[in-house]
Amino acid sequence: MKTKRGERLAAIAPFLWLGVFFLFPFALVLKLSFSDQALAMPPYAPQIDWSAGLAGIRAFMSALDLETYARLKSDDLYLVAYLSSLRFAAIGTLLCLLVGYPIALGMARCAPNTRNILLLAVILPFWTSFLIRVYAWIAILKPEGLLNMGLEAIGLPGLSVLNTQAAVYVGLIYCYLPFMVLPIYAVLEKQDHSLLEAAADLGSPPWKSFWQVTVPLSLPGVTAGALLCFIPMVGEFVVPDLLGGVQTLMIGKTIWTEFFANRDWPSASAVAVVLLLTLVIPIVLYQRQQAKALEAGR
Amino acid sequence: MRKGPTPFNIAAITAGLVFLYLPIAALVLYSFNASRLVTVWGGFSTRWYESLFANEALMGAAWVTVRVGLISATAATILGTLAAVALARGGRFGGRTLFSGLVYAPMVMPEVILGLSLLLLFVALRIDRGFWTVVIAHSTCTLAYVAVVVHARLVTFDRSLEEAAQDLGCPPIRTFLTVTLPNIAPAVAAGWMLAFTLSLDDLVVASFASGPGATTLPMRIYSQVRLGVSPEINAASTLLIAAVATAVLIYAIVGKWRRVKELRSEAGAGRRAAA
Amino acid sequence: MNAKGGKTARQRLNIGAVRSKFSPWNDPSAEPLVRFEGVVKRFDDHVAVDGVSLAIYPGEFFALLGPSGCGKTTLMRLLAGFETPDEGRITLAGQDLAGQPPHRRPVNMMFQSYALFPHLSVAQNIAFGLKQENLPKGEIEARVQQMLKLVKLEPLARRKPHQLSGGQKQRVALARSLAKQPKMLLLDEPLGALDKKLREETQFELMDIQQELNTTFLMVTHDQEEAMVLADRIAVMRDGKIAQLGRPEELYETPADRYVAEFLGDVNLFEAKVASLSHPMAGIVIPETTQPLQVWDDDAPAAGSTVWLAVRPEKLRISLDPPPKGAVNVLAGEIWDIGYTGDWTNYVVELEGGKLIRAARANASRVVERPIGWDDKVWVSFDPDAGVVLTR
Repeated sequence: MKTKRGERLAAIAPFLWLGVFFLFPFALVLKLSFSDQALAMPPYAPQIDWSAGLAGIRAFMSALDLETYARLKSDDLYLVAYLSSLRFAAIGTLLCLLVGYPIALGMARCAPNTRNILLLAVILPFWTSFLIRVYAWIAILKPEGLLNMGLEAIGLPGLSVLNTQAAVYVGLIYCYLPFMVLPIYAVLEKQDHSLLEAAADLGSPPWKSFWQVTVPLSLPGVTAGALLCFIPMVGEFVVPDLLGGVQTLMIGKTIWTEFFANRDWPSASAVAVVLLLTLVIPIVLYQRQQAKALEAGR
Repeated sequence: MRKGPTPFNIAAITAGLVFLYLPIAALVLYSFNASRLVTVWGGFSTRWYESLFANEALMGAAWVTVRVGLISATAATILGTLAAVALARGGRFGGRTLFSGLVYAPMVMPEVILGLSLLLLFVALRIDRGFWTVVIAHSTCTLAYVAVVVHARLVTFDRSLEEAAQDLGCPPIRTFLTVTLPNIAPAVAAGWMLAFTLSLDDLVVASFASGPGATTLPMRIYSQVRLGVSPEINAASTLLIAAVATAVLIYAIVGKWRRVKELRSEAGAGRRAAA
Repeated sequence: MNAKGGKTARQRLNIGAVRSKFSPWNDPSAEPLVRFEGVVKRFDDHVAVDGVSLAIYPGEFFALLGPSGCGKTTLMRLLAGFETPDEGRITLAGQDLAGQPPHRRPVNMMFQSYALFPHLSVAQNIAFGLKQENLPKGEIEARVQQMLKLVKLEPLARRKPHQLSGGQKQRVALARSLAKQPKMLLLDEPLGALDKKLREETQFELMDIQQELNTTFLMVTHDQEEAMVLADRIAVMRDGKIAQLGRPEELYETPADRYVAEFLGDVNLFEAKVASLSHPMAGIVIPETTQPLQVWDDDAPAAGSTVWLAVRPEKLRISLDPPPKGAVNVLAGEIWDIGYTGDWTNYVVELEGGKLIRAARANASRVVERPIGWDDKVWVSFDPDAGVVLTR
């Protein structure tokens, strides 16, 4: 209890590492978002003229401005991409919940042995590459793909799903489903069965006790799952890029394009800053929820 | 008032599993298709595996990826374990809130932002991007996951064991090495595995942090996939899936075997005590 | 005690120290509230309830008593509807309950874990059952208030279960299960989670509440003291069957077999042989003494049968002086161990031949002239009506 010096010293290495490779780069993004694009390498201005000393830094500071942000505001494209990201993430999360909740509920109701096997079965695909999982859907959804082969076989007209919003939703659900299923399952699995018996005993039929007891008690799991899906979905790049086609706009893809295709680093940085500001609220919510869960578990 | 699953529950689970495994099954199946077209089954063939192994660019990228994974996972495990120890055992030191925020933030940060910020760092410091920048980037991103896994084990791990060791005269560092570490070893190993897989899997951060000569497998696959479905990629994916499935299976079997052994020795001890 | 001849000596005798007016089970015209008829419940290859027939009368406080795994909880859950019987039937107020799901049965249960809904406040928990009936809001509120008053929890109405102590949770659970005014209240180990002091207080409160509401209570417990204090009648269960059914005094003073005798309280058991029968006395021979013992028992089996003699520790007298000539039922021994509990002193006496028996003496006085000590030579004796002859 007395001296925790050794344990505290353990913090030094990761602290320094994260300071240099996480916190500082972050400040760079912020700085760059106030800079202007330039045809140079690196492709932005101003640069700090270290040889000029303090004057150089002062000159540098005065050259920073909000011009990039003004451009973001005036250009509809960014706003559209931004809003569409939020919409994709919100609807995707909701769909994940609708698909995932029944799975989690079913798993929690199985015998303990079956549960463990099912748990493994749900997690297993997610140890394989994310990219491969998204790629697998291309072969299914493309016009001459497996989906249309199946539809044709039972005499239905083919659909063109690839490069539509529907394909993005399918990809999002597929990739993020376990992030929804696992937290909900964890809560449901711990739920005391005698609570359902008590509800039945007090006159509540099964469908009603599901809404009166099971659902309210699983809300912490649902919140955790929803945030775990929503936060990365907003910044998602691979799914919209591979399944959504050119007309699907999402903010992660915008940053990528600005950066690699347009070489507009300041814009990419500004978009990243805005994206991060949006995510601050759900991230804080998530961390608070986790802290609460940790406390309740004790 | 049955406790077991209802038909609706079973239907939900079945549909869920079909949804999860159908695309993967299709991928594996078509990696053995002799025809280049997805819609046509041209008979069983391993020609795509042959051409995969002949594809030097892909094989080279795979080798880079594995090396990046091994090194970055090891670095992340060391740093993450240290961070977890400080967080779980350090009490309330100054800057703890900042520190824990720093440790866990990379987990919730969009990959695009992580990649972008690291790239800006490398450019600002005039570091040439290549193999080692990818290693640094991956270590930074996966450190948090190791910390979470190890931290979870440390908080459930009975503190009085360490206190007992110190009470018996074991100095702190040796206590950590001889008492704490063996007890949290499964979590450290799991953290390493997680970091390794995440590193193998990563496309976005690697794309930002990488430079000439350090193309990872996901980057290579991505550039091919953008051009459409390729049977060679199917074959590569199948191999990756097989590797993961084997690893998980071994892990599960070893775990089960160990449990059985434990049960047996417990039963043996019980019998001896009874006799 | 004066013991004249007569065939039904046991009925004529007043057994136990309690006289109760309430005994509908002796009234042939009384209609039972609940009837179990040949009920069997199997789990896989294990028979949890094995052909139980039982009648519980309105207003009765009935206890199912037995060790864990004896089937008592299963029997209660069958009545609540959480399990379905494999054979036999259960009727409530003359109606067969088969096929009625738990939420339609007019019985309520207080769970062993209390099963309070953690997301609802105390008042909302109590109101839960009433809301299922779609009662008007005002009525629900009034009933909740009434229940809170009954269990003395009015100030805690807005608390959540995790903010309550064990005893408070127990009261909420009780109030919740009583709120719907069930025809019958089922209590699963109602006091099991409370500490000893609180348990004793709560026992009497539970009795008061039962009297006040005049509801039929069915309790499951493994605690014989709890069952004896609370219940009008007790069914002692063993391996899914009822070993004995009766008032607490009957079970204690005239146990049907060794199992019941040992399960309820302490008992000294001697393996014995019937030597002679001269109504109403039976001469019994035990290996610990050469002198035949005289036990007041009409139903003892024929001479020569192997039986067990059961004598409760508090019915043994212990003395440092040898008994007068001609005294019956005297055993000589040596003090082996003494346990002083304040109200009682328990002596373990080693008889000749090595058998250990227990004798208890109430500490009626603060001062003892000649205290008994370790290794003292003592004589233990008992009245002919203190022992019971058991054939099983």
